[in-house]
Amino acid sequence: MVKKGLERIYLGLILLFLYAPIFTLMIFSFNDSKSRAKWGGFTLKWYQSMFNDPIIVKSLYYTLTIALISAVIATVIGTAAAIGIQAMSRKRRETIMNVTYLPVLNADIVTGIAFMLFFIGIGLKLGFSTMLLAHITFNIPYVILSVLPKLRSMNKYTYEAALDLGATSIMAVRKVILPEIAPNIITGFLLAFTLSLDDFVISYFTAGNGVSNLSITIYTMTRRGIKPEINAISTIMFMAILILLLTINKRREKAVRKEKY
Amino acid sequence: MNRRWLAYPYVVWMIAFILVPLFMIFYYGVTKDDGGQIVFTAEFIKKTFEPIYFNAMAKSFLYAGFATLICLVLAYPLALILAGKAGKSSAMLFIFILPMWMNFLLRTYAWLTLLETNNGVVNTLLRLLHLPSINILGTPNAIILGMVYNFLPFMVLPIYNTLVKIDPYILEAAHDLGADSFQRLIRVVFPLSLPGVMSGITMVFMPAVTSFVIPNLLGSGKVNLIGNLIEQQFLMTYNWGFGSAMSLILMIIILLAMGLMKRFDKGNLEGGAGRW
Amino acid sequence: MKKLLIVILAGVLILSACSKGPETDTSKPYAGATLNIYNWGDYIAENTLTRFTEETGIKVNYEMFDSNEIMYTKYKSGAVDYDVLIPSDYMIEKLILEEELVKLDFDNIPNSEYIDESFKGLAYDKNDEYSVPYMWGTVGILYNTSMVDEEVDSWNILWDEKYSGQIIMQNSVRDAFAVALKKLGHSVNSTSKAEVDQALEALKEQSPLVQAYVIDEVKDKMIGNEAALAVIYSGEAIFTADENEDLAYAIPKEGTNLWFDSMVIPKSTQNQEAAEAFINFMCDPETAFNNTDYIGYSTPHKEAKEMLADEIKNDPAAYPSKEVLDNCEVFVDLGQEMTEYYNEKWNELKASLN
Repeated sequence: MVKKGLERIYLGLILLFLYAPIFTLMIFSFNDSKSRAKWGGFTLKWYQSMFNDPIIVKSLYYTLTIALISAVIATVIGTAAAIGIQAMSRKRRETIMNVTYLPVLNADIVTGIAFMLFFIGIGLKLGFSTMLLAHITFNIPYVILSVLPKLRSMNKYTYEAALDLGATSIMAVRKVILPEIAPNIITGFLLAFTLSLDDFVISYFTAGNGVSNLSITIYTMTRRGIKPEINAISTIMFMAILILLLTINKRREKAVRKEKY
Repeated sequence: MNRRWLAYPYVVWMIAFILVPLFMIFYYGVTKDDGGQIVFTAEFIKKTFEPIYFNAMAKSFLYAGFATLICLVLAYPLALILAGKAGKSSAMLFIFILPMWMNFLLRTYAWLTLLETNNGVVNTLLRLLHLPSINILGTPNAIILGMVYNFLPFMVLPIYNTLVKIDPYILEAAHDLGADSFQRLIRVVFPLSLPGVMSGITMVFMPAVTSFVIPNLLGSGKVNLIGNLIEQQFLMTYNWGFGSAMSLILMIIILLAMGLMKRFDKGNLEGGAGRW
Repeated sequence: MKKLLIVILAGVLILSACSKGPETDTSKPYAGATLNIYNWGDYIAENTLTRFTEETGIKVNYEMFDSNEIMYTKYKSGAVDYDVLIPSDYMIEKLILEEELVKLDFDNIPNSEYIDESFKGLAYDKNDEYSVPYMWGTVGILYNTSMVDEEVDSWNILWDEKYSGQIIMQNSVRDAFAVALKKLGHSVNSTSKAEVDQALEALKEQSPLVQAYVIDEVKDKMIGNEAALAVIYSGEAIFTADENEDLAYAIPKEGTNLWFDSMVIPKSTQNQEAAEAFINFMCDPETAFNNTDYIGYSTPHKEAKEMLADEIKNDPAAYPSKEVLDNCEVFVDLGQEMTEYYNEKWNELKASLN
């Protein structure tokens, strides 16, 4: 029982640590003063004026779109890659993994400028597609890093057993490997989505044609100070995702419970 | 059809998009324009080892190293606890990952509001409780705190993922063979979770080393880490050669370190949990 | 779960298909044209772009940057064909020297007559051929009157040990060195290594007293009474004084930096006339007023200034006297070698801090 109590306290402390800044931001989204240093009273005005700035609205739209699409594509390519890599000889696998780590190793600004030069070099004008390609690229390694460890510690004989029992490669992958690594795939997807939401430097150097994301909008505000409307939008985004996740989770729990009977 | 083919789309993508930045920093880092001709030069690499820059790199590794270690120490018990609850509700895990969905810059600014010496939230509360104030902004501790805060979820996730899939029969077997909880943790669970730990370390250490926002905001602009310096070369002095050289050295050092780590990991987990 | 994802994806795709294309209403002069405009973040009134598109039919692709250097890097790479840039003084000079800007056809910018004469012939564009000023201001000392009871009229006060740990400097190489150089009686554009070295020594001497080197955090720190003195831009000072009555702004007697952000047209432009129409629109009194009202910085536009409230027009922090302005210097481009030298010294300063 002591163990349970200690566990709870530990969880609680970590949660407090993780959420302190978030609660601060949420509270200040209701602050009637533009400054983070003083409390000017409670107000909803930032939530109302949030949509008055066309730049913010556009950024939000592109942020979500690019994050979603790039995360999906990165997850597909990354998962396929992880499965394939796992099946390779050690040497090949290590080479590929080392190269996979490389984008993670580089400072964002190096990657950002390199991509920009690359796109110019192949004559691709900056815009939605270039930002999307860049996001997919830096997302894939994280998907692989999420999926591969599980593949490595998975029982390698179940796949072979499936083949022995008459399944084709594809069926074996779909019905044996994928379900085992499903949680990791989802983790990879979430990681990719998150990274995409937050990226500034790489997005900055691959954006064009009026495409901008929320990160760029926020970071470029730093000379002037970040508008409180940003706090409002962030709060809404956060609450929306929280509610979405809780709902999905509830439905999964219901499904699991149904299965048990 | 061979499973290996699944990796080929990625390999093609990789060659195009991942090797290109690599080529760029090689190109800029070791060559220069000598009156119209491109020649090889070691001047940028040499400059990286000048005291100011080398010390900045060392400092970056030090802070990032501490941050990674602290992340590991905090994340491991957390992952264990969450893995124990895995059956009941995976919402728990999501709640720990959720903070990452708020913009990194915003959260770092929020820490300023919390940690300011005179009127920060934390110090205001401490004063109410008649406890001494914390003056942490501008010190390395604040930078490490910022790094730990921002990268903790990246350490929790992969460890959690490997822990959750450890075959419970193995744990039972260990128990049957006489191991107590502690021995089981050290000799069975931890080794099995190593791939996750490695992933976590990779995903935390790297971005931590090159961060420049955290030293600027939480370090009160008093610390130049290698991320700040690289950014400076690309944006302020337009010395792409030097910026690339620094990135190159950084990358090589990290690759070497990872190579060493791999030795640690060798042969450990081929076949993993299903060895029976 | 899968279904949910598919629904979301479909929704997003539908939304993207629905986004409107540019207006081709032929009653508008430049209907169907598109401009790529590159400006500082949060540096334009919220309705300006929409009003512009309504009036002229030109679609605007609006990009933002947070420093002159990052703007320059992206512009120079040729990645995007920008039509209008709004950089600062020294960056404009750099662009002119590198022959990156086109000369403006002022016949297309009749509203430029509204720009106050005292802002003509500025150091970075002596013959007013390439730029039209957008916003301007000074750099000075913001101080908390409840923590500082003496007169603030010299940069020396930032070296006063009495205020140890209560001083805030700008985390920008040129702004920090400008303060030190002015304190020593040199020019903010000094190209003398000896003078820069002296400035470095002064900054090193000051560093134990400095609480932080910051950019926009200076506002919240001062509003929150975290420090007594800070180096700050005039526009920001006005904002903070509104939020905290104890704060006041002073321009030291040694003189300071006078800065400008001006509109220019780079040679990558695909439609110079449309670009000039944009600049003209920005100089329209109503637009200029909206912009200065929203941003809170000082405007070079005579009419817009007239429309401001008296307390702002007559505020010496926002609109200092000619005397004060004459004592100010505008940044110029230092050239590659000196830029590198300043940055090296800046790195030395940071390295010496711990």
